[in-house]
Amino acid sequence: MLLAVFSDIHGNRQAFEACLRVARARAAERFILLGDFVGYGADPEWVVDTAMDLVAHGAIAVRGNHDEAVNTTSENMNNDAQIAIEWTRGRLDTAQRRFLAELPMLVEDGDRLFVHAEASSPKRWNYVRSTTDAAKSLIATPSHVTFCGHIHRPALYSMSVTAKMTSFVPKTDVPVQLLRGRQWLAVLGSVGQPRDGDPSASFVLFDTVSCQITYCRVPYDIASAANKIRENGLPPWLADRLSQGR
Amino acid sequence: MPKSLIKSGAVIDGYTIGECVHAGGMATLWTVTHPGIEAPLLMKVPRASEGEDPAAIVSFEMEMMILPRLAGPHVPHCYGTGDFARQAYAVIERIPGTTLYKRLPDLPLPYEEARLLVAKIAAALADLHRQNVIHHDIKPSSVMFRESGDAVLIDYGLSHHDHLPDLLQEEFRLPYGTAPYMAPERLLGVRDDPRSDLFSLGVLLYFFTTGERPFGEGETLRAMRRRLWRDPHPPRSLRADYPPWLQEVVLRCLEIEPVWRYPTATQLAFDLAHPDQVKLTARSERLKRDPLSVAWRRRFNPDVKQPRAKSDVAEQIASSPILAVALDTVEGTPELNEALRVTTERILATLPSARLACVNVLKLNRIAIDKTLDEQGSNKHIDRLVALRHWAAPLKLDESRLSVHVLEAVDPAAALLEFAEVNQVDHLIVGARQSSFRRTLLGSVSAKVAAEATSTVTVVRPPRMAAAKPGAGVVWG
Repeated sequence: MLLAVFSDIHGNRQAFEACLRVARARAAERFILLGDFVGYGADPEWVVDTAMDLVAHGAIAVRGNHDEAVNTTSENMNNDAQIAIEWTRGRLDTAQRRFLAELPMLVEDGDRLFVHAEASSPKRWNYVRSTTDAAKSLIATPSHVTFCGHIHRPALYSMSVTAKMTSFVPKTDVPVQLLRGRQWLAVLGSVGQPRDGDPSASFVLFDTVSCQITYCRVPYDIASAANKIRENGLPPWLADRLSQGR
Repeated sequence: MPKSLIKSGAVIDGYTIGECVHAGGMATLWTVTHPGIEAPLLMKVPRASEGEDPAAIVSFEMEMMILPRLAGPHVPHCYGTGDFARQAYAVIERIPGTTLYKRLPDLPLPYEEARLLVAKIAAALADLHRQNVIHHDIKPSSVMFRESGDAVLIDYGLSHHDHLPDLLQEEFRLPYGTAPYMAPERLLGVRDDPRSDLFSLGVLLYFFTTGERPFGEGETLRAMRRRLWRDPHPPRSLRADYPPWLQEVVLRCLEIEPVWRYPTATQLAFDLAHPDQVKLTARSERLKRDPLSVAWRRRFNPDVKQPRAKSDVAEQIASSPILAVALDTVEGTPELNEALRVTTERILATLPSARLACVNVLKLNRIAIDKTLDEQGSNKHIDRLVALRHWAAPLKLDESRLSVHVLEAVDPAAALLEFAEVNQVDHLIVGARQSSFRRTLLGSVSAKVAAEATSTVTVVRPPRMAAAKPGAGVVWG
């Protein structure tokens, strides 16, 4: 089965729509959503409604720290993120907020694990920045492949049976076979706010039979997404950074 | 790890196991057959049972990732792989014959034989590097030859693929590979520089032409690290008749700093194909190693030991192409030749490691027997070489980046196409013939070249001139 995995959509309708279109065109059969549906972007209602609809049709979704912050008062967010979350909270209705509040922290599906942040303690929202972080995540689970997001920069880590690590920055559209003899951690780039220098939206395709993972990039209408952020009076940097991809 | 399922007569994924033909330290090789495949096949099975070297597993994983992606005549075709979850294996085409290792008792080889041999390996390496793979274990036992003469590179267990995770990245505390052939930067943990393969090929060329390994056979880290600062004995100090051009090529491959080696395997293959065009530098004349004072300065110079910034294999190859410009020095108009020079200059300006081959076709008469000497008695071939050098002089190219060639052929377009193919030219620059009468009569060379070349082709025309209006009263002399 071909999975399409999306992470860190962050209320960016234009980017998410573009990614869904490409994923469907490439015959993805099941959608996985790794959290952070809201925050930063100006279309949280549409994004959450779309996610609810996908989940109703069999998609898997997990909770991100911004999704959690909508329903709690979080103290460790930066200023722009805090402003955006407070604005988002006012936009979402009860059903949308409940959907976010009830999302699971992680989902195991066969020998795959889906989680928003580093998997050893998902509630601490730790970033996977290095092979050390990746090792911590991989040691904590028996899964063959763990998918996470949170850091907005694509990376692919593996751990051998002797606990030796490898790290790799995936090339766009080059399928990599995730060999069975080792564990893998696929860190996704962001759909709605890429921070690796490439402004195009990022998602992943994974073939559960061949175990091939493909990192995809999708160009989208950045100007419209940025304008909407400005029009709604959100911090201008949240609009500016989209075209810079950082 | 499950017990090995491999034994004679067993069937796995449709492959019937035959006999074991090789049992090495890392893997065993078995003949296999498959009802759907006619080609002779080998199954490579890693030694992966308990107590075996974990390196065997990791390098086999690397090979399983890389082999199915490779294509072309210079690699063994891969028919299928099996996962470690059940039984790890790779089924590859069985290439008849033996590896170059069998030639070791014949060393040193005659220079000409070694030149042709290594040129073929360089062409194979160029093809591999174009597929974003660095072999990292170039040595005689990694090289075979097809009946067609093409070199085939085998064993990808230590290789690096620029588009795939490098599983050997952190696997070994010490550099892993074949000590006598290992490039110095490998000792510093650098695994992403394709010029490491050129160093190894230089070791092979040195060994095959002198009978001695340039850095000995030392396997200890201390012995291997010497190559970071100590240069090898120049081949001419071992064999008095060693050709200077060959020493130039060998020592350039064996430069400690990758940046002083050939930028690409294609450029090395080009020099081996045209020994008379090799630019001789001080390297070619050396009879002794660097004085100890120089070597010691290198030893304690921290720059040499710093791992360099990551270079992208594809980018590095793309920045060092072979350009060829086809010139008609006899009948081409000065305007066209000038336009060709301007275009060539612009392309070269963006590519500091590119090399340029200037080519002229000496058209042979289809029926009459051509004389080498023209009516005035001078040698046509040499005259044209001189004219090509004269044309290229304003480009102010370093001699090592420029070569001139006169091809003798009945069909100029076919000759240019063949030259581009044989020399792996990346970009061909040709002029459009202006005279419509001649073009109609002879057919356009540039059109045929542009249509049939496998490389990029730029067709150059001189700047547009205002057309003379008929009856405007101008009389052309």
